Amino acid sequence: MSIDKQLESNGVVVAKLDDLLNWARLSSMWPMSFGIACCAIEMMGAMASTYDLDRFGVFPRPSPRQSDVMIIAGTVTFKMADRIRRLYEQMPDPKYVISMGSCSNCGGPYWQHGYHVVKGVNRIIPVDIYVQGCPPRPEALIGAFLELQKKIETEHIVADKLESTQA
Amino acid sequence: MEIITRVQELLVAAFGNQAIVAIEESGLQAALVVASEALPEVCLYLRDHEETYFDFLSCISAVDNGVESGSFTVVYHLASIPHQHQLTLKTTIENDRTLDNLPVVPTVSGVWRTADWHEREAFDLMGIYFDGHPDLRRILLPDDWEGYPLRKDYEEAEAYHGIPIK
Repeated sequence: MSIDKQLESNGVVVAKLDDLLNWARLSSMWPMSFGIACCAIEMMGAMASTYDLDRFGVFPRPSPRQSDVMIIAGTVTFKMADRIRRLYEQMPDPKYVISMGSCSNCGGPYWQHGYHVVKGVNRIIPVDIYVQGCPPRPEALIGAFLELQKKIETEHIVADKLESTQA
Repeated sequence: MEIITRVQELLVAAFGNQAIVAIEESGLQAALVVASEALPEVCLYLRDHEETYFDFLSCISAVDNGVESGSFTVVYHLASIPHQHQLTLKTTIENDRTLDNLPVVPTVSGVWRTADWHEREAFDLMGIYFDGHPDLRRILLPDDWEGYPLRKDYEEAEAYHGIPIK
């Protein structure tokens, strides 16, 4: 039944719990606001008025405890790696990671001789979406959020939670 | 007269031939080679003398002359804002490249405050020990990093804090 029809019946909407929760979550993916290198400039561009990521409910938060998504926008050095891991651990579940740009995907231009660069952020935290580019344009980052929405759409967090508590 | 020959004259008159080794003209820019022990006095003299007045230290660079040479060079680029002239100083230190015997150069952080961080960087990446430096810690790499990565014989460790490097 379409939502217009359902709204006519005294405001009662029938939906699956998964759909409702997923719809809420994919409409408010709050990233943690931090950038590491030049990719962060494109990330800021994507959030500013021209591209306006806020229309997808993507709005940067100042604390990992309020965040759903971590955008790794830049080169991950070994000095930064410990901090990133700590911040990731401070985010509440369910949490997602977008690896933005060649550096955080695989080390980028530092893949061979970069003694100080982690060759891919997936060596320290699990990554959900990889965005190619050096740096990726804002459209590419928006594309990553659309892909992440598709991923969230298919999840069953209540069932998963029950399963994990029973096991 | 070029500034570098005038500076050489002044310095030889003040410190003698032992301190001022030579003018090196092989590079794009002529450089004055100075004995490392004399460096702080030479720098202080060049900063305060009214004819030279090098009030600005543009840069400190450390050079690894290669594993066979057994030496390191430290290069100082000086500039004088009122006189609008520049000078390059070089000093070379013999060293056996072992990590518990770093090449030692006296600090010039007492002459120019800006030398503080430049020297920390040279220490961090090339392992030059600046004697008398007020706070000689690593400036870019993590404190627990091992080795000096810009040396020719530097070899990457397998892992850092459990993360593989290669």
